[in-house]
Amino acid sequence: MRRLRIALIALLAATPLPALADLTLYSGRGEPLIAPIISAFTAETGINVNVRYGGTAELAILLQEEGDRSPADLFWAQDAAALGAVVGLFQPLPQETLDRVPAAYRDSEGRWIATSGRGRVLAYSTERLGAEEMPATMAELTDPRFRGRIALAPTNGSFLAHVAALRVVHGDEVAREWLAGLAANQPVMVRNNTAMIQAIGDGEADLGVTNNYYLVRFHRRAADFPVNQMLFPSQGDIGNLLLVAGMGVLSGSDHSDEAVAFINFLLSDAAQQFFSGEVAEFPVTGRVIPTRVDDVSLEDVVRMAPEVDLNALGDLEGALAMVREAGLL
Amino acid sequence: MAATETRTFNPGRRMPAVRIVFSVLGLLIGGLMLLPLVWLVMRAFQADLPTVWSMLTRPRTLQMLLNTLALVVCTLALATAMALPLAWLVSRTNLRWRRLVNVLAVIPLATPGYVMAYALIGLSGNFGFMNQVFGVTIPRLEGLFGATLALSLYTFPYIYLNLRAAFAGLDQSLEEAARALGATPREVFVRVTLPHLMPALMAGWLVVGLYVIGDFGAVALMRYEVFSYAIYIQYSAAFDRIYAAWLALILIAIALSVVWWESRLREGASYARTGSGTGTQRRRVALPAAGQALGLTFVGLVVLASIGLPLAVLSFWMMRLDDLPAILPALLRAFSQSLSAAVPAAVLAAAMALPVAVLAVRYPSPLSTLINRLAFVGYAVPALAFALAFVFFSLNGARFLYQTHLLLVLVYALSFLALALGPIRSALYQVRPSLEESARSLGHGPVSVFARVTLPTIRPGVVAGMVLVFVIAMKELPIAFLLAPTGFRPLAITMFSRTSEGMLMDAAPYAAAIMVFSALFVGFVLRHDRKAGG
Repeated sequence: MRRLRIALIALLAATPLPALADLTLYSGRGEPLIAPIISAFTAETGINVNVRYGGTAELAILLQEEGDRSPADLFWAQDAAALGAVVGLFQPLPQETLDRVPAAYRDSEGRWIATSGRGRVLAYSTERLGAEEMPATMAELTDPRFRGRIALAPTNGSFLAHVAALRVVHGDEVAREWLAGLAANQPVMVRNNTAMIQAIGDGEADLGVTNNYYLVRFHRRAADFPVNQMLFPSQGDIGNLLLVAGMGVLSGSDHSDEAVAFINFLLSDAAQQFFSGEVAEFPVTGRVIPTRVDDVSLEDVVRMAPEVDLNALGDLEGALAMVREAGLL
Repeated sequence: MAATETRTFNPGRRMPAVRIVFSVLGLLIGGLMLLPLVWLVMRAFQADLPTVWSMLTRPRTLQMLLNTLALVVCTLALATAMALPLAWLVSRTNLRWRRLVNVLAVIPLATPGYVMAYALIGLSGNFGFMNQVFGVTIPRLEGLFGATLALSLYTFPYIYLNLRAAFAGLDQSLEEAARALGATPREVFVRVTLPHLMPALMAGWLVVGLYVIGDFGAVALMRYEVFSYAIYIQYSAAFDRIYAAWLALILIAIALSVVWWESRLREGASYARTGSGTGTQRRRVALPAAGQALGLTFVGLVVLASIGLPLAVLSFWMMRLDDLPAILPALLRAFSQSLSAAVPAAVLAAAMALPVAVLAVRYPSPLSTLINRLAFVGYAVPALAFALAFVFFSLNGARFLYQTHLLLVLVYALSFLALALGPIRSALYQVRPSLEESARSLGHGPVSVFARVTLPTIRPGVVAGMVLVFVIAMKELPIAFLLAPTGFRPLAITMFSRTSEGMLMDAAPYAAAIMVFSALFVGFVLRHDRKAGG
């Protein structure tokens, strides 16, 4: 028996690991969403991509620790803040790549670029929030009629980015007041966006501000899930913020040409179409017509979104401090 | 040769050569454990002190510490209430299907945290699965109560396994002597059995306590703010490893003070037989029909809550997946990758725990105390910080090891060493030194005695330790994120790739695979290890 066990262990230890790849990608984006894109890239260019999947935050911290010794060529993050945290480790991207997206969707010094957009939207219970009650702006969430009814994920990166945007657009005073008002409304604290939508569906909360693509996953699972989403009806409201997932090339990379080729591929029409169709996100190149019919379309998002330069949202510590000060963390 | 000479000079000490070898090994392990502490202090000194001060002196920090304490106490109480009767029923009674129960009592360890928390949350709410399947709405579990329940349900096996190893090694003639002297069964339990179970109980409590102190997943979903929450925010929301180092050091200080108290209580106690003659064969209490029914009902309830609930949620999610057979090859591939890390890690952790445990039990000294406390560092340091320290040291000292399979296995073994140490140490406490001495007098060398007398006797403890490390390594995430070879995709990472994108349903087969494969593996090991199988 023991010999069998030892043989089993030896066999497993000898399980071949993937062959050395041409590109090494640290990806905070999940495998099921990006694996098809990566295979398509390899099929088209012959360049292999070896992917390290992990949490965006963990990988950003790993890159900080590795510094210029990182084996990674590329870092794909769920949010711009994580890219901002390691921006010093990126090399500038070529201008023709940068020019494929509007200036708001890339680093001001050209060190990272958005690969897809996600809208902040208001998710609400179709059972407990009537049309007459709907808030017209994000500021209105501090109204006493929403006491105990708002779900909030205070540790979520998109929420912190949203607070950072609020500070940039309306100033610290307004941001502080809004957070205090939100705290006074005793929000239902949830761990993340998925938990937020679950909480609204479960009847623990009636509304919450989240990213647009989570609800789609719930509706694919159960079409009658009693939650819907919408944009705040006031054009340019800070609540309709557009955020991005994005990517940068590490300065230590020996394969920057191939890495840039990968980014160009992600910005191609086919890849952008994939993001808008399969992943329920928004294209960032402004060239693709989304194939998904949803309550919130790209045209709406772009039309209703406030003008915020994502580069200005780097002060995550400041946003975090303000959220703490308001007693939400 | 050297051994004989040394013995001549120190007639009071046994097996000095073994002692020297084990001390060196122990120091090596202790040295590796110090690396993360060195790294944390290094990072902590990069911080701006006034900022640290204002972060630590918030009233909320104190509240979080108090919450942590309350959660530890409640979880230990509830987990013991589940583990102690189970261990007694399996080890000491003729309960039916006790071999099966023995495996079932370990499986909950394999439950991924998010599954257990969603399972408990899914019980409530008007779109939870209870309501969708049975049409029942119950209030949401949350706060201290919810977190205690969730944590107890997947940590009680730590206490169970430690206790079961202790029951297996307990010399029943002691209890019989007490009975013969006129003690009632209850008195025997309280005054003889329980004190002998204490080392095992405390080893289990220590591991569960440290787990609770460090856990973030369950408490976050149950909305109960504990100290680990502060660390999570620092890493995850602020992408910061410098202020997080301060918080991690505080967490470690708390954890190590717990370790210190545990070893204070444990040291100086003697639990082995000293007299001549052999211990009696284990005899089982024959349960009457009512006792059988009562015992099985208890087992049923615990199993239902700890395994049934998560499996129900997973099945509920998987029922809606249409192409389950299609992902089977991917599932098996991920499983073999999981095994390739978890099995060697379990073996290595047990191998490292052996010298540490022998030092603690056979050669108590300030040095062995130090090594034994250091052995817990890996388990007490937040996993992300632990992994980062090894990123730093391997990049700066052993580049060739970086992100290799070997380093992953080593870091797993160090991180989970404490889990293997508990059962092995408890088992050693119950080995009679006289047995080893007589083997020596029959002409066996120290190595031969260790391999042919000590090791076989403590085998249930070693197996239990390996099982614990194996099961936790199967679902571990942060260390794998940072230190696994790029492209390495075990079940846990495959599962995370889906949950992180909100695809709970697609993650379900992988979560189920972690539970099912761990169960099969644990069943296999326990079945083929008759001593451990009870």
